[in-house]
Amino acid sequence: MEYLIGIQGPDFVLVAADNVAASSIIQMKHDYDKMFKLSEKILLLCVGEAGDTVQFAEYIQKNVQLYKMRNGYELSPAAAANFTRKNLADYLRSRTPYHVNLLLAGYDETDGPGLYYMDHLSALAKAPFAAHGYGAFLTLSILDRYYRPDLTREEAVDLLKKCLEELNKRFILNLPSFTVRLIDKDGIHDMEKLPVVPK
Amino acid sequence: MALSSVLRSESADFADSFNQPFAHGCGLKQAGLGFGEAVDDSLNFAVKPLGEGDEPERKIEFLHGTTTLAFKFQHGVIVAVDSRATAGSYIASQTVKKVIEINPYLLGTMAGGAADCSFWERLLARQCRIYELRNKERISVAAASKLLANMVYQYKGMGLSMGTMVCGWDKRGPGLYYVDSEGNRVCGDLFAVGSGSMYAYGVVDSGLRHDLTVEEACDLGRRAIYQATYRDAYSGGQVNLYRVHSDGWERVSQEDVLQLHIKYESEKA
Repeated sequence: MEYLIGIQGPDFVLVAADNVAASSIIQMKHDYDKMFKLSEKILLLCVGEAGDTVQFAEYIQKNVQLYKMRNGYELSPAAAANFTRKNLADYLRSRTPYHVNLLLAGYDETDGPGLYYMDHLSALAKAPFAAHGYGAFLTLSILDRYYRPDLTREEAVDLLKKCLEELNKRFILNLPSFTVRLIDKDGIHDMEKLPVVPK
Repeated sequence: MALSSVLRSESADFADSFNQPFAHGCGLKQAGLGFGEAVDDSLNFAVKPLGEGDEPERKIEFLHGTTTLAFKFQHGVIVAVDSRATAGSYIASQTVKKVIEINPYLLGTMAGGAADCSFWERLLARQCRIYELRNKERISVAAASKLLANMVYQYKGMGLSMGTMVCGWDKRGPGLYYVDSEGNRVCGDLFAVGSGSMYAYGVVDSGLRHDLTVEEACDLGRRAIYQATYRDAYSGGQVNLYRVHSDGWERVSQEDVLQLHIKYESEKA
């Protein structure tokens, strides 16, 4: 039901998430933000079971902030991703595993942009583009076909729009709008919400 | 914070807790959540020990058959609920109070297990009062709902059934949060919870504007509950209407659904 997508460019990462908070067949909220700001240049996108998402994401968020307070400098995106994965893995075989699927997007001064895909079984993969949810089945092939490592920002947004149009065309569930954000060396930028107008 | 730690830490009576196993066995401990210390015997809340494959045996009756709604508008928050309790197809009561008065400026609604809702919201009232005493200011609706959400998250998967809306007025204006036992906590302008919620959504969505007058908003809430009781077999009784404004909440009206039906039918004619 929920959908996350991330596209990495040469010096930025573009991420988008749908805005629906649902409970069985009802949309409780149409403007729900599924992105959690871990630090100035790292975003965590989190979907999955009710309650687990917010609790886990806020736990990671506060721990990343704590690291910064204790040590004086921030965790890099790679370190934050591995920290997140380790926490997922530790809880996986406990009585209370977190059933969440995540995308972590960040910009590192030395390594540049990074997009990390994590799932509820605690897999971690650094990928040039990634998606979560049923919508991923429809859009990953579009990303495979049109993605290039040297996309400009405008081209990445166009690619994202292509994916969202496909969702609107073929996905049976209505996802009326998406929050879109871009991370680059200057931090996290809010871009205008993409409402998909049916053709 | 878990129930046992809340009660242990904040009350002088339980300063000397002794390690005495529960008569029934503490479900918390068995779940391995690390609550090793037992609480004083008088606080036996009888959490059923959770064994494997225990789920099908639970036969607790729940108030899912209900319609509750709340929405924000310029003059505060309207809270409207029905008052029917059903056990299967038997109507157990037509006069249930489904709005819980947490404190003079916070209201909670009840859907799901009646005991779960009233117990946890009473505990929330306690936490809110402690916050007030410690910080010398009223707790915000966001903080109150977060306290409730965190409390019930500890018991996720253990059979709690609660779908509540925390409504109040704080320094940011009217506040409305939906919290349930699954772990959802969502801020919004309009929520409807229960078996009749979909019918209520239809009416409120088509009639809601931010600039309603108090009278119009009350009528909208009343009408939505009435329509839901008309279509949903598990909702009925009376419509209890509350309004939350800057000075706290007030009980607006209690009207029997049959009287409303007669009134609306005569208006149509």
